[in-house]
Amino acid sequence: MIEVDDLHKTFGAVKAVAGVSFTARDGEITGLLGPNGAGKTTTLRMLYTLMRPDRGGVRVDGIDAAADPLAVRRRLGVLPDARGLYKRLSARENIDYFGRLQGLDAATRAHRIDELARSLDMGDILDRPTEGFSQGQRVKTAIARALIHDPRNVILDEPTNGLDVMATRAMRGFMRALKAQGRCVLFSSHIMQEVGALCDRIVVIAHGRVVADESPAQLRAQTGAASLEDAFVQIIGSEEGLAA
Amino acid sequence: MNNILTVFWKEVRENLRDRRTVLNTLLTGPLIAPLMFALVINASISRELAKAEKPLPVPVVGAEHAPNLIAALRRAGAQIKDAPADPERAVREQDADLVLRIPAAYAKSWAAGEPAQVEIIHDQSQRDAQGPVLRLQAMLSAYAQQNGALRLVARGISPNVMRPLVVADRDQSTAQTRSGGMFSMLPYFFILGVFIGGMALAIDTTAGERERQSLEPLFVNPVRRGALLTGKLGATTAFAFTTLVLSIVAFAVAARFMPTDKLGISLQLGLQFACGTLLVMLPLTVLLATLQTLAAAFAKSFREAQTYLSLLMFVPAVPTMLLSLYPVKTQAWMYAVPLMSQHVTMIRLMRGDAVTPGDFALCVATTTLAALVAVLLTAWVYRGERLAISA
Repeated sequence: MIEVDDLHKTFGAVKAVAGVSFTARDGEITGLLGPNGAGKTTTLRMLYTLMRPDRGGVRVDGIDAAADPLAVRRRLGVLPDARGLYKRLSARENIDYFGRLQGLDAATRAHRIDELARSLDMGDILDRPTEGFSQGQRVKTAIARALIHDPRNVILDEPTNGLDVMATRAMRGFMRALKAQGRCVLFSSHIMQEVGALCDRIVVIAHGRVVADESPAQLRAQTGAASLEDAFVQIIGSEEGLAA
Repeated sequence: MNNILTVFWKEVRENLRDRRTVLNTLLTGPLIAPLMFALVINASISRELAKAEKPLPVPVVGAEHAPNLIAALRRAGAQIKDAPADPERAVREQDADLVLRIPAAYAKSWAAGEPAQVEIIHDQSQRDAQGPVLRLQAMLSAYAQQNGALRLVARGISPNVMRPLVVADRDQSTAQTRSGGMFSMLPYFFILGVFIGGMALAIDTTAGERERQSLEPLFVNPVRRGALLTGKLGATTAFAFTTLVLSIVAFAVAARFMPTDKLGISLQLGLQFACGTLLVMLPLTVLLATLQTLAAAFAKSFREAQTYLSLLMFVPAVPTMLLSLYPVKTQAWMYAVPLMSQHVTMIRLMRGDAVTPGDFALCVATTTLAALVAVLLTAWVYRGERLAISA
């Protein structure tokens, strides 16, 4: 479970995040939706302790991120916005490197790599150097290395960014599987259909603030709009930065 | 500790797979410098030797005015040749090193017992021509002295009247110290090798990781930034130190092919030099690797990092240039200044001079201290939250 309480973050004169609070529960998929530049990535970076909030706090499974960032990172599996691989290493070596840094022993790492390769359907690319991987293969590898330590909580920053239709479908299936395993899944997106189709809860962020925190059905009912798209536009107040 | 080793081995393994990095570390860094050095030294030594032994070609204008002088020059080893049509122009355009001109008035002045003038036409900015000019001047002045003495004797005066002072040259240099001047550039090559060897990794492990967007995922792992940095610095240092070891070996081999003994000088590039150099260079290698990483941490891209590091490469050249411009005596304080202390120590070892354990200790201690400060500074930069952000 990830609890976010009143996060603030300023870069110079820019208020990137100005009061974001929400809770992402275990066994649910929580979507962070907002136009480009709304503060989604900055919020997520504070969750996985890459950045320190100016104000407010984050608790992961009850652990305070400011007090014990290493323990929090052990409980998180993170696919950041930046998802570069080491091109001169094979996919397996990339994943194994992160497994070592998570402190896993050799047997556990081998077992987990097999497991992840099966569920992400990456058997044939596992031992190839990642140089020349397609976008979909790169994302699979990046997700596998993020989840090597079998974390309870999974944070995905725009996971379907740059993926083709088939890869996007596979990604959604994978996220549902994570939910079925009882994990807490939190992902960000600026694509409304995706969020609507996947999420148990939608947290809408605009201008660094949470403007709605509901289930998709509630969101539609509350705004009285026929489609989610109309509901979002109504909530955010403009169509800027959203993609259908 | 496990994490540090994990990062270390991953960086080593990844970079060993990069052909360009391996070439730089194992070939370019250690080999180019000794090769270039051997070539230059060889060429200049053989040229000096050849010039001293070979007959000196002397184009002469107006040889018919001074047959005796010409005969004397021939005896002294000059090879008298016909002069070009325009001697001044020939010298300016480097068609001739020098031209000797004997004016028509020469014979008349000589016969009258007055100073007879001859001209040497040369270009002082042509370093290559200075050897021949000096040789010709020596021949001419020997001829002048000889004839002056004869004239005095003919008048019943001892030639010693003209020599109230005799200057005797007592050169205290030894073969080793003479080589020092010629080889004062050598330490820079070793330091440059270390620089080239560590450069690829320093850039790749920080600026490169950020540009490839892999630094942020790395930082999400439950590992302290200090441990990540230590592993990366360790890998960079290891590559740089490998380059150093290979350059020492390469220089030791190259020295065998330098005809230094013909000049009566010798270089001590043996085991003592190797061990002493490795000792004083180890902390400097850490310092340079850290400074390279620090510079790369400020760069937004691979290319920017390369620019910074190329500028940084001039820093190790400063003590070398200072010491070759002002070849002052080795002073105690020099052992306390990183870079300069390594330079001084290497020069002294090479010349076979003593370096006391105290000097070694001072050199290693101050450089280690500087390296430590650099590491702490880099660690501080590494903890900054903007470091990981690629965009």
